[in-house]
Amino acid sequence: MFAYYLDLALRSLRRNKVLTTLMVLALALGIGATITTLTVLKLLSGDPLPQKSTQLFYPQLDPYPKDQPFSRSGKRLPWLMSYVDAMNLLHARKAERQAVMAMSQVKVTPQAQDGKPFYADGVMTTTDFFPMFDAPFQYGAGWASTDDESREQVVVIAGFLNDKLFGGVNSVGRTIRIDDHDFRIIGVLRSWAPQPRFYALHLSGRNYGKGDAVFMPLLSARAEGMTPSTVMSYGSQQSDMQHLETAKSIWLGMWVQLSSADEASAYKLFLGNYAQQQVALGRFQLSRVALSDLMSWLRNEQVVPDDVRLQTGLAFGFLLICVVNTVGLLLAKCLRRSREIGVRRALGASRVAIFAQFMVEAGIVGLAGGMLGLGFAELGLWGIRHQPAQYASLAHLDLSMFLFTFVVALVSSLVAGLLPAWRACVVAPAPQLKAA
Amino acid sequence: MRLPPILSALRRHKAGVLLIVLQIALTLAIVCNAIFLISQRIERVNRPTGAVEDDLIRISQTWFGAPSGDDAASVEKLDALQRTDLATLRNLPDVQDVAASTSMPLQGMIYSGTLTLNPQQTDVAVSAAYYYGDEHLRSTLGVHLIAGRDFNADEILHHTLTSDAASPVIIVSKPVADQLFPDGNALGKTVYQDGKPATIVGVVERLQTPTTAKWGSTWDYNSVLEPVRVDDASASYAVRARPGREQAVVREARKALLAVDPLRVMPDTWGIQSLSQIRDKIYRADRGMALVMGIVCLILIVVTAAGIAGLTSFWVGQRRKQIGVRRALGARKVDILHYFQIENLLIAGIGVVLGVLLAVGLNLWLMAHYEMARIPLLYVAAAVLAMLALGQVAVYVPARRASNVPPVVATRAA
Repeated sequence: MFAYYLDLALRSLRRNKVLTTLMVLALALGIGATITTLTVLKLLSGDPLPQKSTQLFYPQLDPYPKDQPFSRSGKRLPWLMSYVDAMNLLHARKAERQAVMAMSQVKVTPQAQDGKPFYADGVMTTTDFFPMFDAPFQYGAGWASTDDESREQVVVIAGFLNDKLFGGVNSVGRTIRIDDHDFRIIGVLRSWAPQPRFYALHLSGRNYGKGDAVFMPLLSARAEGMTPSTVMSYGSQQSDMQHLETAKSIWLGMWVQLSSADEASAYKLFLGNYAQQQVALGRFQLSRVALSDLMSWLRNEQVVPDDVRLQTGLAFGFLLICVVNTVGLLLAKCLRRSREIGVRRALGASRVAIFAQFMVEAGIVGLAGGMLGLGFAELGLWGIRHQPAQYASLAHLDLSMFLFTFVVALVSSLVAGLLPAWRACVVAPAPQLKAA
Repeated sequence: MRLPPILSALRRHKAGVLLIVLQIALTLAIVCNAIFLISQRIERVNRPTGAVEDDLIRISQTWFGAPSGDDAASVEKLDALQRTDLATLRNLPDVQDVAASTSMPLQGMIYSGTLTLNPQQTDVAVSAAYYYGDEHLRSTLGVHLIAGRDFNADEILHHTLTSDAASPVIIVSKPVADQLFPDGNALGKTVYQDGKPATIVGVVERLQTPTTAKWGSTWDYNSVLEPVRVDDASASYAVRARPGREQAVVREARKALLAVDPLRVMPDTWGIQSLSQIRDKIYRADRGMALVMGIVCLILIVVTAAGIAGLTSFWVGQRRKQIGVRRALGARKVDILHYFQIENLLIAGIGVVLGVLLAVGLNLWLMAHYEMARIPLLYVAAAVLAMLALGQVAVYVPARRASNVPPVVATRAA
């Protein structure tokens, strides 16, 4: 039966080539736009660490004075932490794992004779960074917690930097010159670049991309004079880049690992107590705190650019109009074929059969639209890859979006086909035959 | 032409009419908001920086093995390196003017702070970007001085940014002057920069801050020129080429600076850039967004027009017999043409009324969730007229075909 409907549908579509082309093309454009923007949206709003994200939390404190709040509305808490608070929380060890971090642009000088120095993205952090974020090591390992305190000049480098400087061989034990200081390599990461780079949010402008190049113990890096990319000062004091450890400045991000909801609420309580204590000591004026899990932190800070969300909305609006358009054209077609339907009904076709026949026709339009739409989506993503955005090179159609394209195409065309097919199956055969 | 027959005909095609109405309404709502968004982007991209952008070049570099800057002697060494570079650039044949300059409009690298009327930072607090540079900075950027004077050579300090030294004199942009002194007598007044006193010796007409990011958008023309050559392992310069010699200066400057220090870091991507390249780069995303929106609008309009034309031609085909009867009963060709045109006007009319409601609703929603201004009525009105015109254009071909149906059709079996 299905083959017969297919044959009928193809005949009907062939009869009106211009119209069929119009329907397929409109649907394909709508689908192409939707899939392109959805791919980007999915890429940008994805979970950077799916296996771990529910256990990672971002604590926030508010050391700002009451009359000069961090945000004008006074509702948002400061994004970053001061050195004193970060160290207090770090040393309290109230979470399973905890690490503080800041980003820095560092100058790397290759050891080779004519190697020209270049800039790379650096992370200044503490020992738990690697196990907490599941950063995989290809060679060596991270540093011990004792190295944090002893300002050991050690460094973990990213796989891509190892490839560039050492041709990918095991470089553990060798030295690398960072900002004109020698650091001993103790670990090389396998390729590791969470998207978005959640831990760098508000610490640097780089939320997407190939990942950071060097990871150094915070105290060692600071001792060598490396400065964080983002420093915000509070109170009437101005930023004192040389004494960041004691200045009224926030420049560190902190992450903690908490395995259960109980642990999370216990940690929040601890944070609250800490803030109360600081108020009592006169360091803080406000005792409010926040503890967000990874995904809500990304959501609240709106890591996905407005433009991307706007474009996605526009694409869906576009698809909606294309579907309405297809409904109209299919409806018109089916009404014109009332006589044919009358004949088929008179010859014994049931209403269900007529309905099925028209739905098959709509489905074919949808499939063709989906296939062409896939081409448009690839074209759209190609265009995105040539944009200057940080995430540009990551925009590729994956298998799930590939399948989703056909789901969207079929669903939208079948929805579009519902009304015309229903109108077709309620056509009364007798008047049509009489008129003929 | 009387309406009742049209209305009664439309009543027999409720679903089709409803679909066209819906399509017109949705298209109107989306297209007029999208075009408003495009116009906002174009306005943003085209706003002037206040500098004379042609033939302006920014050089940004880091010396190899530069002194640390931790003690007075090494600060002097850094300053000597910088003065050597400035002199080298000044001696190039195609260079008109050159200045030490930490920042450049649109470039992104920004130093900022707060200006107040008293050291306690009460009352008025004005956020502003600081352009650190020497006595050539204003003239090299080509910023227009509207009051006061330039820095004198002996007023130029040099120190690291971590130094506590205050700038005794500053030149501010007009918005800064106006916000601090609404009465308009800023010249000669002492203000406090992050708690430290400074006297305003000059006011420039307009100078955009180096950032185009959202967080700086409320004070995007608040700039202050600081008489400081900043000593650091990296230094940036503003270079004004002689008219039309921009590319020559880019080549000469690279060669000359690398001759002084061949190991300095000055990558092709951001080491030497003309302001037009910087502008191109910083607004690429905005232009891309405007382009995408524009293409989508165009396709939407075409799809809608095609939809209207398609549906109308089906109606024409369906009513051939009736048209024939009307023609046989004395209706002229033009009557048939008008019939379909008025029918379309009616449908499109309902569509645009619904569309205006949707457009305003969409605009309100966008204002609540995104950085979006209220849509001017002019845009909505223009979109309404455009949609009505679009309907008429789309209906013309099928309506013409209807008017050409010969009266003899009436006599034939359908």
